[in-house]
Amino acid sequence: MTQTDFVKLVMPFKDKVFRLAKRLLVSNEEAEDATQEILMKLWRNKQKISDYKNVEAFSMTMTKNFCLDRLKSKQAQNLKIVHSNYQDHNTSLQKEVENRDSVDWVSKIIEDLPEQQKIILQLRDIEEYDFDEIAKVVDMNPTAIRVALSRARKTIREKLTNTHSYGVK
Amino acid sequence: MVLNSIEKLLEKYDNGETSLKEEQKLKDYFVQDNVAPHLESYRVMFQYFKTTKQELYTKDVPLKPKKNFVYQWISVAAVAVLMLGIFIPQIGGEPKTFAQYSEEEQEMYLETKEALAMLSSNFDKGTSSLSALGTVSENFNQGVSSFNTLGLASESFNVGAEKASYVNKLGKTTNKFLKNTKRKQVIN
Repeated sequence: MTQTDFVKLVMPFKDKVFRLAKRLLVSNEEAEDATQEILMKLWRNKQKISDYKNVEAFSMTMTKNFCLDRLKSKQAQNLKIVHSNYQDHNTSLQKEVENRDSVDWVSKIIEDLPEQQKIILQLRDIEEYDFDEIAKVVDMNPTAIRVALSRARKTIREKLTNTHSYGVK
Repeated sequence: MVLNSIEKLLEKYDNGETSLKEEQKLKDYFVQDNVAPHLESYRVMFQYFKTTKQELYTKDVPLKPKKNFVYQWISVAAVAVLMLGIFIPQIGGEPKTFAQYSEEEQEMYLETKEALAMLSSNFDKGTSSLSALGTVSENFNQGVSSFNTLGLASESFNVGAEKASYVNKLGKTTNKFLKNTKRKQVIN
């Protein structure tokens, strides 16, 4: 397999890999690093690539596992500094401005969801995978996926309506 | 009515029971501007999904082709062969003396030696004629050096002439001086 063949193969789903990584890792740079890592891994195993039935689903699974590992190691080494006795008016103002942007709310709400729901929501509502494909990536049966998806969607909407009284007024 | 079917779809959507086609319908509905106000929260959600999908991975991935390790080992093999070439003749033991060679070999050695001697004697003749040329150039050099001494001599002669002119001038001034004194004596 030459480099151009590989690029052609990878082209359609590299953005999906990036978006899933960003969904899980939040930071843009982290997601870029993760995507690069995934693509390099695929490139290194390019001899075996033809054996995989669905390269895209395989790569998404790889991405999911890689990002979850990443998060685990992050949490283990992360030291949290709590600013309890000090208030910065600038940041609170900035936060207010940010909160006004309703599209940002959604991403913040999704950030608070459990990882499993994040992945499923990402794959279904953004990447528009069908349930069989999602089942391959997250290794769950379709019913469980439906339940998780329903929970995620309801949580997002509840938070959107409650916090910001959308549609209630 | 459109709104009615959308609301039904939304209920199914919330339960995670919609198909991809139905979800596409919902997305199309919420993209347009006149969305029912009580469905505003859905609009925000679908808008978010749409905008996130446009996010692209733009970084380049450095793909290095796998190195063929055979080529790396070829250089090692070449070095090994070279080292063997240097060391094996020394391993062969001490060199033979002249007597140890067969008669034929000895004869050949002597013949070669003679031939080489002849060559070198002819070569010597050549060099002797060359030495004659060397003496010529030496003589020439001597000529040049004597010429140089002549140059030196002429230079010193010039210097001498200059000094002589000084002496002349000195003589003139003393003459003037003497004349002046004589005039003074006459006036007095």
